[in-house]
Amino acid sequence: MIALRILRHRLFWPIVALVLLVAINTLSRPSFLSITIKHGALYGSSIDILRNSSQLMLVALGMTLVIATRGIDLSVGAVLAVAGAVSLTYIEASPEPGSVGTVTVAVALGLLVTLVLGAWNGFLVSVVRIQPIIATLLLMFAGRGIAMLITKGQITTVTSAPYAEFASGVILGLPVAFLIAVVVVAIVGLLVRRTALGVLMEAVGINPEASRLAGVQSRGIIWSVYAISGLLAGMAGILYSSNIMAADANNAGLNIEVDAILAVVIGGTSLAGGKFSIAGTVIGVLIIQTLTTSITFLGIPPAVTPVFKAVVVIVICLMQSRRVRGLLAVRRRPVAPSVPGTAAIDASAAVSK
Amino acid sequence: MSIHSAPPAAPVLEVVDADVRFVGQVALEKAALRLFPGEVHSLMGENGAGKSTLIKAITGAQRLDGGRITLRGRPVAFSRPAEAAAAGIAAVYQEIELVPELSVAENVMLGDEPRRFGGIDWRETRRQASRALAQLGIDLDPASSLRSHSPAVQQLVAIARAVRTRPDVLVLDEPTSSLDQDEVAQLFDIMRGLKAEGVAILFISHFLEQVYEIADRLTILRNGRLVGEYLTADILRIELVERMLGTTVGALEDLQDRGREEPAAPDARVVVQATGLGRSNRIAPFDLTVREGEIVGFAGLLGSGRTDAARLVGGVDRPDGGTLRIEDRTLRSPSPRAAISAGAVYSSEDRTSEGIIAQLSVRENILLGLQGQLGWRHRMSWSRQRELAGSYIEALGIAPADPEAVAGTLSGGNQQKVLLARWLALAPRLLILDEPTRGIDVGAKAEIQRQIVSLAENGMSVIFISAELDEVLRLGDRIVVLRDREVVGVVDGDLLTPDQLLALIAQGRRRWLSRSPRAARTSSTWRGSRASRTRRCRASSTRTRTSSRRPGPGSMRPSGSCATGRRRRRAPW
Repeated sequence: MIALRILRHRLFWPIVALVLLVAINTLSRPSFLSITIKHGALYGSSIDILRNSSQLMLVALGMTLVIATRGIDLSVGAVLAVAGAVSLTYIEASPEPGSVGTVTVAVALGLLVTLVLGAWNGFLVSVVRIQPIIATLLLMFAGRGIAMLITKGQITTVTSAPYAEFASGVILGLPVAFLIAVVVVAIVGLLVRRTALGVLMEAVGINPEASRLAGVQSRGIIWSVYAISGLLAGMAGILYSSNIMAADANNAGLNIEVDAILAVVIGGTSLAGGKFSIAGTVIGVLIIQTLTTSITFLGIPPAVTPVFKAVVVIVICLMQSRRVRGLLAVRRRPVAPSVPGTAAIDASAAVSK
Repeated sequence: MSIHSAPPAAPVLEVVDADVRFVGQVALEKAALRLFPGEVHSLMGENGAGKSTLIKAITGAQRLDGGRITLRGRPVAFSRPAEAAAAGIAAVYQEIELVPELSVAENVMLGDEPRRFGGIDWRETRRQASRALAQLGIDLDPASSLRSHSPAVQQLVAIARAVRTRPDVLVLDEPTSSLDQDEVAQLFDIMRGLKAEGVAILFISHFLEQVYEIADRLTILRNGRLVGEYLTADILRIELVERMLGTTVGALEDLQDRGREEPAAPDARVVVQATGLGRSNRIAPFDLTVREGEIVGFAGLLGSGRTDAARLVGGVDRPDGGTLRIEDRTLRSPSPRAAISAGAVYSSEDRTSEGIIAQLSVRENILLGLQGQLGWRHRMSWSRQRELAGSYIEALGIAPADPEAVAGTLSGGNQQKVLLARWLALAPRLLILDEPTRGIDVGAKAEIQRQIVSLAENGMSVIFISAELDEVLRLGDRIVVLRDREVVGVVDGDLLTPDQLLALIAQGRRRWLSRSPRAARTSSTWRGSRASRTRRCRASSTRTRTSSRRPGPGSMRPSGSCATGRRRRRAPW
């Protein structure tokens, strides 16, 4: 009975997939799991994966909330680029690029701008009632233009030790970027589950009309979800620009929306909206990041990376699909239609995009 | 079950013993239908009667779990609508299934364009489309864009498209719902023309008027079962309505004499005041006053506007005009949220798409309304949630008694109770229940009726809508009667027999006009002691009402003589 419950848990298959990926990597190169300590910092492939996953983690976290309300945010990559552009341009222009004060203002400025951009998306979706995919498509293209305007078409490079700490810093042996992601995930998790935001988002996502009749103010909820998504993309942008210490309007966060959507879907949140799982998204992000790392690890040419990713994602989604599970597993008691069932179909649609 | 009057020819389409079951519910059970060449046949029934399921079965959109369909004497089993179409069964649905961006000609010929040199022969397309339109007497430029025409014309184009291939059977599902009088006349001319050519037309409409005008025969379904097949000329309007609605018996009987012991005082505080509230094409402007502790029943057939009227009062739809006052607040831009904070809640008739949030738990569903009012920042504490949800689960007898059960897995009756709990948790002054007892079992039905009565006795005002007239009569202090999207009168619930209410709804007044008050009284044994209580009253009021041929929205006061009679009885001076 307990075995059955574990088997039926919505995160069971994503976890199995993650474990499998790690196992394959470890088999092909036993050093994959080994961790060494140098100068008080931990080193190893798994630590790299954790550090590199932090940007995607932040973006996918926002995407989870947006998708839970039946929306989608395609602009995250562009918003990410804007954040880097704003922050680095401010640092570049300031007399003291290395001071903590400058960096604090720069980060605050970058996050403020992305919060406004997210709120703009939310305004288009919840007030103007443009379809989310179209509304965020606007910023997906315009956002990079804005970033270009800010950097005047240049790749702005700066030297600022405090700013570089975001990406390369180490606290208690762990990368700062990873710690930021962990803290933010925890805060957002508390925000949605400690307030009523989470359940109201789910209600609006599952059945907007019933929620309206129940007097739920869906406008404010949808609006704030996009604003949060913008803000989280902005944080990812700070991490990205801090990693390369340059604001690259063209390449920062390129295609990150696709990975984020995949991570959310792998984590069991349906693109049709409704029940969402932040833990699922975290696992989804780790799967995607491990996959990206494995591709180089296993010596697969980078050019075929998208194909490889697509294949793995399809397999994971098939494992989650109720129909496929029904074919594979022994006949069980009929279960109520659950969200992960539809996720697979939606996911294959996302992959084909 | 009665099968009358088979025309001499063999039926072109015959459905025998059709069964369709969905998870946990029966949509059709031994349903039957016969269509003869050259007739207009109307399929009648209320919500949940199985009309749409039967249509789907005929047009290949739904497989039968039992029974058979024969077309021209040969058994058929369609797995896709396209197969049915190829076999000669064409259908035009209420929602026009055309492409507004394309031209009229392209729409008529869509999917069947004449080819030339591997491409589409546009000239031939237009020619054939013109011919198809001309055959129906539709004067239309085939090159014009479909979007530029009214819904009525689009409907005609859809029909032209459907009959172009000369089908044997044409299904018209609610084709008149968005048409005005002249347009209906034009449609009927076209239908008569097709009939003369030997097409069997299955016509579905909520408008009895139109059914009597155009249909030769009709089949009545109720709860997925065949009630009977009749010649339209043979069945009185009131009989038709009676058979569509049926009568309720069984576990409800224990409620019959209970009724309301203390009906709301006629001078109680006004909770809701609607003045000239209306919405075009939905419900004509109407006035309504609901007092504290009063149960107002809305009676009318499906499509009579009963739901539209209730949605306006509940702030769900925006009215075109009129004012809505709930308690002391005038709702300037009505919304469910505004209505709820003013004290009125509307529980939709459509439990699945406008009520329950299927994937959330019972607890979350019950508390959704309350949480919506509190806002997202103020989440109720875990213990408070458990306590509140638990108390409603216990009070309403929701099964399973597990607050964490997924709401979508509950039975219909229990889902309805969950919704009732959601609204009650908001402590409303006015509770609008649109068909709360539809599609749920008799026990749950009685349970919900009991709840409504006890709520009203504790001072809550209730607007209660049901297709089952017994229910409306039993519970309602006053009955608002609706017909053809208009409030046609408000009557005191105590003064009506089901027959009389049926007559008001069906407009077929013939029958109860001819009947003496005495006869009406003896036939209505259903109400027992209450009937005798109001006997003197009814006799006088029947006479009063026969004189006013069509009670308009003006007569919204509880009719005079009896209201006073009751008041006198209640005040012992």
